[in-house]
Amino acid sequence: MANAYWCIVEDDRKGAPKKVMSEVLGEAGRLAGGTVEAVWLTDKATDDGIKQLGAWGASKVWVLENAAFAPYIGEVWVPALAELVAKESPKAIFAPVTSRMREFVARLAARLGAGLSADSVGFAMEGDALVATRPVYAGKVLAKMTWAKTPWIATMRPNVFKPAEASVAKSAQVEKPSVKIPTPRMKLVERREEVSTGLPELTEAETVISGGRGMKGPENYVILEKMAAVIGAAVGASRAAVDAGWRPHRFQIGQTGRTISPKLYLGFGVSGAIQHLAGMRTSKVIVAVNKDPEAPIFKIADYGIVGDLFEVVPALTDEFKKLLEK
Amino acid sequence: MRIELTDEQAMIRDMAREFAQEHIAPIAAEIDRDARFPHETVKRMGELGLLGIMVPEAWGGSGADTVSYVVALEEIARACASHAVIMSVNNSLYCDPVWKYGTDEQRARFLKPVAGGHALGCFALTEPEAGSDARNQHTVAVRDGDDYVITGRKLFISTGREASYALVFAQTDPARAHRGISAFVVEKNTPGFSVSKTEDKLGIRASDTAELVFDACRVPAANRIGDEGKGFHIALATLDGGRIGIAAQAVGIAVGAYERSVRYARERKAFGVPIGEHQMIGWMLADMATAIDGARLITLKAATLKDAGRPYTKEASMAKLFAAETAMKVATDAVQVHGGFGFIREAEVERHFRDAKITQIYEGTSQIQKLVIAREVLK
Amino acid sequence: MKIVVAVKQVPDTATQVKISGADPKAIDTAGITWIVSPYDEFAIEEALRIKEKRGQGEVVAVSLGPDRVKEALRSALAMGCDRAIHLNDPAWANADTLATAQALAAVIKQEQPALVLCGRQAIDDDMGAVGAQLAEVLDWPCASWIMDEAVDADAKTVRVGRQVEGGLEVFDIPLPAVLSAQKGLNEPRYPTLKGIMGAKKKEIKDVKPGDLGLTPGAPQLMVKKLEALPARPPGRIIQGEVKDAVKELVRALREDAKAI
Repeated sequence: MANAYWCIVEDDRKGAPKKVMSEVLGEAGRLAGGTVEAVWLTDKATDDGIKQLGAWGASKVWVLENAAFAPYIGEVWVPALAELVAKESPKAIFAPVTSRMREFVARLAARLGAGLSADSVGFAMEGDALVATRPVYAGKVLAKMTWAKTPWIATMRPNVFKPAEASVAKSAQVEKPSVKIPTPRMKLVERREEVSTGLPELTEAETVISGGRGMKGPENYVILEKMAAVIGAAVGASRAAVDAGWRPHRFQIGQTGRTISPKLYLGFGVSGAIQHLAGMRTSKVIVAVNKDPEAPIFKIADYGIVGDLFEVVPALTDEFKKLLEK
Repeated sequence: MRIELTDEQAMIRDMAREFAQEHIAPIAAEIDRDARFPHETVKRMGELGLLGIMVPEAWGGSGADTVSYVVALEEIARACASHAVIMSVNNSLYCDPVWKYGTDEQRARFLKPVAGGHALGCFALTEPEAGSDARNQHTVAVRDGDDYVITGRKLFISTGREASYALVFAQTDPARAHRGISAFVVEKNTPGFSVSKTEDKLGIRASDTAELVFDACRVPAANRIGDEGKGFHIALATLDGGRIGIAAQAVGIAVGAYERSVRYARERKAFGVPIGEHQMIGWMLADMATAIDGARLITLKAATLKDAGRPYTKEASMAKLFAAETAMKVATDAVQVHGGFGFIREAEVERHFRDAKITQIYEGTSQIQKLVIAREVLK
Repeated sequence: MKIVVAVKQVPDTATQVKISGADPKAIDTAGITWIVSPYDEFAIEEALRIKEKRGQGEVVAVSLGPDRVKEALRSALAMGCDRAIHLNDPAWANADTLATAQALAAVIKQEQPALVLCGRQAIDDDMGAVGAQLAEVLDWPCASWIMDEAVDADAKTVRVGRQVEGGLEVFDIPLPAVLSAQKGLNEPRYPTLKGIMGAKKKEIKDVKPGDLGLTPGAPQLMVKKLEALPARPPGRIIQGEVKDAVKELVRALREDAKAI
């Protein structure tokens, strides 16, 4: 409906919305004071998924279900959603920061001739206008952004916004509009899966363990993985460790890697170069373990231990085990 | 007076800085400890054009000027003095004279591969009895038909083991003393030419310093650079240019030591404040910064004079003298600023201290520089 | 094959960034070291590799920004780009990603390259939108965050690997197309001395909106103001033997920070 706040659904590609949608829907609900609707472009929507979106506060779920929506291709998604936007005139369009949403929402904004605030970490209403907050200059400065007109289009950094409390009492109306599905020029050849670590995805994890140059070599990351398995964390690395070839680039945290914002960040042997801080400084609680008391990471850490990570990590893993077994 | 670098000179400095910080600085401590010649990074320096900076493009070089050479060399030395001496020897002591005094045929054969960084060159003047007294050459080259037969020993030759080409000075007419000295390019693998030993050194340990032996080594007359008897003139003129390179190297060593000191003085606390806030340390840093700027400016002045085709013998000696003394003083104070930690290998500042010493010795000791300067002043 | 690379000049990561005293919407640019945004260097490198592999072609670097941007374009030329175009006009001073994409698209329509490469995002505003928006304005296919690429022999199609969560999606894309480079695509070269010396002989063409038939309008997204990062509360170094320190850390994480 007109003036609704739309949340574009990111899913697990198997019919379930990702947990990050509770954050997007939660924030939209706080801002909207009116209607929050989910828009789901997928090849496979499920009733459970729709229920979940309703429970997180979507009053309506627009389901655009078509085999052509998988995998994501901008040429297909953008005209389809733009058609619906033209009909429905939403006031805002939000999406979480994920690989495909990043491109999709940018392309959509261009199609609609509207402004985009990417990777936002805060929103506020000032009168009738939405103001977004986003980190710039390697996170050294926060920029407050405003739009010339609606729809206000923005992507949200995962783990930053308070998730909606799921309520089974709430349910969503379902609408399946028919839109034109263009034929894309680009064709999928194959999807190459990464070897699964069995640990959560870096950008989505609530707890992230990071190993830097102090890890001394690729073989030592196993001690971090052991700890990660105990506390359900993702394992990342600093640029120094990635450039040394110890970890693949997809695990890099920082300016030329992933930006993360977990509830808890634990850095081991990470010095805290500016470009690493750019990727993790919005973490809620930061723990640093480094043998160099002068390491810059201690300047932003909430808790620090000056010591040898090869002693601290196994001891800390045991402590976590004891705590969580209770 | 303008003291701004041109856009190109600034870009060359930035490129050298980035390359040195990313690829040389991380290995500097290790190659120093192991006295290992850094083939991989030297090869990359060649590809970047850092080994034939002032040689025209037509002869495999980069076609840049001496100022570019100085700013690039300082950046390399700031990361590692061993890389800097390899670079300086190749550019100043080998490419420069072969370009200046060689024929086109000689440039094609002996200069192009070295200026392009595909092979290295060295400069073989010093002998067991010809150090500061370079005229006292005992190596002889006897004419025999279309060849010369060279016999003698050269000592402390930088890049002597790794070089594919050596610019060798020898007596062709001992009766005429230093006016009987001639210069030859001798290729590695020439029968009778061998490297008898590599020295174990205090500093610049990753650069090889070798003894070269010529045992009836037969070299075609076509390998003689310049006329017979012109060798000593070539050697002295070459050393003028070389001194600019060593001055730049010394400035770089000083900067490396100084920067570590500033960082340490900001981080290390004593009596509740960073040690840099103690006047004794602050003054040391101020003296370091001032001397470095002075040394850099004289070095750039000498380079600018050389680029303008004006005499620069005096300025090159002043630059070398002042920069070398500055490097030694700054590196000594840098160890002092670091206190006990400075004496430990891990701090790396002791490497700058060991590396600085040679800049007061090679390509003319500080004492010889004063001699040259005095002679110029009294002219 | 002609390739256009879109380049942005940004402050060096290590540069101190201060909000301007005169204009709370801008940073103080005095004393800032400017660099080519690192992801754009991957894009330049890839364009040069495509040209070198094919043995022919032209690589054109394009950038939008004030006079200082010439420095970034000269770096691109020193790396090996053949010529450069500088979108330089005060009318673009407040350009948002869309206005930037529109300006770049207008140049690209004139140049008619087979491929446009850009970095996945610029490291100043980290918006990461221009590549995708450029593709939309041009109505070209695009792939973001590419990890590898191969243009086919007759320059009709490019095969790319696009990085997504959990894997790589490989696409065949008919040219022309827009690609954005992710780290890992290649290792950018340093400019050689010869490249640097040769760059001054290469053309940097200044282009105004009028040359492109454009009248830049008001931006769709505006900076209202910049704010300094709120200081994090001072941290606590947990002292003592390792076994006691980790016990105290776990207690603090659970009871005080409620983070575990």
